Amino acid sequence: MASEAKKALLEPLFVNNPIALQILGICSALAVTTQLSVALIMCLALTAVTAFSNLSISLIRNHIPSSIRIIVQMTIIASLVIVVDQVLKAYAYQTSKVLAVFVGLIITNCIVMGRAEAYAMKNPPWPSFLDGIGNGLGYSLILIIVATIRELFGSGTLLGYTILAPVSQGGWYQPNGLMLLAPSAFIIIGLTIWAIRAYYPEQVEEPDFELQDAHQTPVQGGVH
Amino acid sequence: MDLVSLAVKSVFIENLALSFFLGMCTFLAVSKKIQTALGLGFAVFVVLTITVPVNNLIYQNFLREGALAWAGMPEVDLSFLGLISYIGVIAALVQILEMFLDRFVPALYNALGIFLPLITVNCAILGASLFMVERDYNFSQSVVYGASSGFGWALAIVALAGIREKLKYSDVPDGLEGLGITFITVGLMALGFLAFSGIQL
Repeated sequence: MASEAKKALLEPLFVNNPIALQILGICSALAVTTQLSVALIMCLALTAVTAFSNLSISLIRNHIPSSIRIIVQMTIIASLVIVVDQVLKAYAYQTSKVLAVFVGLIITNCIVMGRAEAYAMKNPPWPSFLDGIGNGLGYSLILIIVATIRELFGSGTLLGYTILAPVSQGGWYQPNGLMLLAPSAFIIIGLTIWAIRAYYPEQVEEPDFELQDAHQTPVQGGVH
Repeated sequence: MDLVSLAVKSVFIENLALSFFLGMCTFLAVSKKIQTALGLGFAVFVVLTITVPVNNLIYQNFLREGALAWAGMPEVDLSFLGLISYIGVIAALVQILEMFLDRFVPALYNALGIFLPLITVNCAILGASLFMVERDYNFSQSVVYGASSGFGWALAIVALAGIREKLKYSDVPDGLEGLGITFITVGLMALGFLAFSGIQL
């Protein structure tokens, strides 16, 4: 039992990461990663929603008619998100302004829906709760990696503290403005996925076409 | 003129997919073939054109602070119910649209069929409604915003599908195939769309 709980909690971190492998929940993952502090709050919000939606859906799983299950799940998730949204507005008003619509978008975050449908509908409450936390952490891991890179190289700070002193304040670092724009997030996630798949080669997708040797770019001699 | 400028802005400059990352899950999963991408893009366009104005009416007449004055309750503020109402409206409208198409336009239903249920959980749909509320659009602005942001999303997914159809014949480094290279491609497309950012009408 203990090992099973550990598996539910830790597997989504690397082996079965919701963002990198299941392509779930990317929508909001990228827009909130220009600052590490904002990304951390977003992670917390999403992990809480996933865990508690898994818990409550799993508690009533035997009473939900399967024909209307999506709308029942949706209602539970939307109510939880409203709670999170109100809490943020009450205790972290500035951050809730920055997160703006993206807290609301947790409702349509595929991780929450996906785990409710794939795990919580079939498993008892406690493992479902852990599975929710685990998937929330898997999401958080990618978000934190991306946010750290973007904030550090984009504005030279981490959590608001100056790490690389920028030129404008008499330091030496020229901030890379591209890191604060949308495209960099895509590229960083692409490279992160590359790193994870280089470590776990079994995650690599089957190519649609096998390249024939004759068609491959010649590399010998260094000429393209 | 105002509305034209809003339309251009939401198609190119503030493209839902490429600058706000909305609807990414389906954007990446259903962009392998141009044909299916076209179907999904069209479905998103239709649903956005309907849901954003409907949610606008609900927000303006029921939820916003003081909106219930017509019912004799001017001090009531129901805006915290926004999220659950918008997603309810979206889910219901998608369902109605599906039944309507099935009954009256079977050809279109067959083309869109599998994509319609997917759309309920597409962040682009809910996101557009939330942006509409945040920016306080009036009814005509919300019609234009819904239609043009849907068109922008469709444009982006069809363009990506075109690139991916070519990309599958290329020699991608080990481990980067599939999802990894797709992300990087989308990043480069987003860079391209950034070029529109100076345009003003």
